[in-house]
Amino acid sequence: MLLVLSAAVTYAGGYRVSTQGQRALAMGHTGVAVVNSAELGFFNPSGLVYLENKINVSAGVSGVFSDVVWQNEEFGQMARTDSPVGTPIYLYASYKVKDWVALGLSIYTPYGSSVEWEKDWPGSHLVNNIELAAIYVQPVASIKIAKYLSVGGGPIYVTGSVNFNRNLTRTLSDIDGNRSNVTIDASGVSAWGWSAGTMITPTENFRIGVNYRSEIMIDAEDGDATFSNIPNSPLTPFENTTFKASLPLPAELTVGLSYEFLNKWLFAFDYNRTYWDVYDSLDIDFTNPNVPDSQNPRNYKDSSIYRFGVQYDANEMFTLRAGYYFDESPVQAGYFAPETPRNDASGYTGGLSFNVNANFAIDASLLYIRFKEVQASYDPNPEDFPEYQGEPFGGTYKTSAIVPGLGITYKL
Amino acid sequence: MKKYLKFLPLLALGFVSCEPELDNPIDEAGFYTNGEADFSNYVAIGNSLTSGYADGSLYITGQKNSYPNILASKFAVTQETNGFDQPLVNDNYGGLVAGGQAIPGFETRYVLSVVDGDTLPRRYTGNTPTTDILNRLQGSFNNMGVPGAKSYHLLANGYGSFAGLQTNPPTSNPYFVRFASSDNTSVIADAMAQDPTFFTLWIGNTDVLSYATSGGAGIYQLDGDFASYGENDITNPAAFAGVYNLLVQQLTGNGAEGVLINIPNVTTLPYFTVVPFAPLSPLDPNFGPQIPTLNATFAPLNQAYAFLQSTERNIVFSQTAASAVLIRDESLPDLSQQLTQVLAGGGVDPATAGLYGMQYGQSRQATEDDLLLLTSSSVIGTVNQVRMQELMGFGLDQATAAQLSVNGVTYPLQDQYVLTPDEQLLVKNATIAYNVAISQIAETNTLGYVDANSLLNRISVDGGTVYEGIPISSTFVSGGAFSLDGVHLTPRGYAVIANEIINEINTTYNATVPAVEVGNYGTVTLNNDVQ
Repeated sequence: MLLVLSAAVTYAGGYRVSTQGQRALAMGHTGVAVVNSAELGFFNPSGLVYLENKINVSAGVSGVFSDVVWQNEEFGQMARTDSPVGTPIYLYASYKVKDWVALGLSIYTPYGSSVEWEKDWPGSHLVNNIELAAIYVQPVASIKIAKYLSVGGGPIYVTGSVNFNRNLTRTLSDIDGNRSNVTIDASGVSAWGWSAGTMITPTENFRIGVNYRSEIMIDAEDGDATFSNIPNSPLTPFENTTFKASLPLPAELTVGLSYEFLNKWLFAFDYNRTYWDVYDSLDIDFTNPNVPDSQNPRNYKDSSIYRFGVQYDANEMFTLRAGYYFDESPVQAGYFAPETPRNDASGYTGGLSFNVNANFAIDASLLYIRFKEVQASYDPNPEDFPEYQGEPFGGTYKTSAIVPGLGITYKL
Repeated sequence: MKKYLKFLPLLALGFVSCEPELDNPIDEAGFYTNGEADFSNYVAIGNSLTSGYADGSLYITGQKNSYPNILASKFAVTQETNGFDQPLVNDNYGGLVAGGQAIPGFETRYVLSVVDGDTLPRRYTGNTPTTDILNRLQGSFNNMGVPGAKSYHLLANGYGSFAGLQTNPPTSNPYFVRFASSDNTSVIADAMAQDPTFFTLWIGNTDVLSYATSGGAGIYQLDGDFASYGENDITNPAAFAGVYNLLVQQLTGNGAEGVLINIPNVTTLPYFTVVPFAPLSPLDPNFGPQIPTLNATFAPLNQAYAFLQSTERNIVFSQTAASAVLIRDESLPDLSQQLTQVLAGGGVDPATAGLYGMQYGQSRQATEDDLLLLTSSSVIGTVNQVRMQELMGFGLDQATAAQLSVNGVTYPLQDQYVLTPDEQLLVKNATIAYNVAISQIAETNTLGYVDANSLLNRISVDGGTVYEGIPISSTFVSGGAFSLDGVHLTPRGYAVIANEIINEINTTYNATVPAVEVGNYGTVTLNNDVQ
């Protein structure tokens, strides 16, 4: 059932969506060195063995409310996205088999994007709408190999889908003036990866964590390409066909620490490095040889995120959290595509846990992402992408995002 | 509870900021300004170019890409306006019907089609026209562009009357019949009834164009008696100036501001430049092998021309290079009788001598100074059936008659296919005179003035120009500026015009109307429903 719930989700650097646990998210999405709940099943499986209880379950969902406004001052054009609400989910469960080993299952949705522009808006030759979703399912193991050292990880099974529509050019239309467009659609595309991490606990109140999640390439083999409003002419030989395309879900390395102080306080810091460099170009290879292949240069670069969070145990009922992160965009100048209109962002987070009883807690978080207004263009360098033939497109962009989330924590 | 009440402001902040807002949004009042112009009620007056006519027809997407409609959308970001209504036709096929019956001469649009490997403009046949002029539209229309209207038509009462279509010659226009407010009204009266605060006026093209597209079939009128004008006549420039002045007096009567647009030199249009004067290639299998026979046939004629000291009329087809077509030039002295006499005197039988004298008495091969009309491309090298029947009536057998009836080869291309230098001069002189009048009237009334003539000239010479990063030229089909009828503009061409008008408005009226993104406007439409 949870798999059905997981619709498309939006925004973080590129199409990374960092909402993999309400407790962590409330602390700026830190967690690689925080031993708190089953959320470790994502942040650093090696820490699961340190959880006090035998059974730990965390589950939650966020609502991603995000939109983009674009304008071009020279031509007096303005457009807004009307993107559907993204609902990333997570479910983590762990079971401490022995004092030195815990096993678990993690389901989460770290990548996704959902952007819907007004149909035929001025940038419609780049994108009308896009929806990416990927669900990660990962059995994990955590093993304490020394008093101060644990390791953990597991294989990841991913199932992903993509639906993308854009107009073929800035002007091509049928006899009635309807713009010619293509939709590519692939779903149920699966792939495998893995993650592994370690946690070091030099002192009772100080932990260091490292976690690495591998790159996973989503290779769509026989997705459907549907062409609409194509002129009835041998000069435009577009007909429905299948396509091949590869979309990378990049690797991510996280290192971080946590420090407990003054009895009730916890400070956490995470550094993420996301290896976006792999996303060079979204190349769509249509099976029908008459249909020209489509090259969509991306030219992403590796990017970093710096995350800070604090937690305060107010009383038995409430735990309060707050955090901040700075998220570098992987998008380089000249490659700002309205399909993932991302520039550097600051995330402000807050949240709390309400401990209903000793076993059960409700976790809430709120993320507000602040983007600077940016003048940007999509104008791939012809030396790097000689096959790309589109015209430059740019303007002033401003993105907003607010992400409330709710979850539960159960321990026994 | 108090403890987490402090998060409420954060929550509120988040939800308020959910809709992204730009620091200086263009939809905020004052970002663009209308300056000294008031665009609240913009009315466009003109002919086909104003209506959005393209590809030999009027159809919805053409109207939506008319320069007035583009302008109105830009005006609307500078101030609140009353909108811009156009008398949209019923479909995207083009053509007109009256009571369900097709109206001859108002056919469907041209589309670019590929038939047997030939990529050419052909009339769309995927659907029949559905725009019935008897369904008169209600309401008033900001776009008062009436295809085919000449300057003086705008003042003519009854120009929108259905009855006027049935007189000979017709006194009304089927496009205006569709949306005139009454049978007796005029275009200018319907425009003024809207009390425009701003106007554009682009009129006068048809006053000279119909002469040119008829191959100079009309005359250069010497007076202002419009009732006596034939449809292919050139409007007398002084009369034109008078009409134009009247129009502008009415339009500015209530203090409205506006822009006047001058007349392009029509002879640079693809319609007059696509077909080369020398299209007859020796490599053409239908023509090349016949060259020796043709030259032998014309040898006695050329000797006669020599005798008459008229060797410039010699007819010779080259075996190594493309040859000029044979044309009829009404400005030449008629040598029919002399030719007949000389040929007969030289031993040609009297019947043939008479025939040749008649056929070649006013003919010559074209030179680079002649303009062959677009319509000639489909007749050059084909047998002229009418002429063949005539010749058979003179007693020739069919084969011989056909051999002497090949358009542009043995039978001179008739007047309606060629604009000779004399005819071009009349067109040029009229255009210059009209434009002098327009610029003077603009100056007298301190109105905006757009020199469409030099703009289209830039597009038409030296392979075109690069307009805001977009290459644009008058090359037929592929140049981007001209639609498939070779006369009217494409949406992209109209967007360029709109941009020039905006530049002029911004200069003259201290406004900051945003520019038009020319590359977002299309050119020609591909379609193969042409059988």
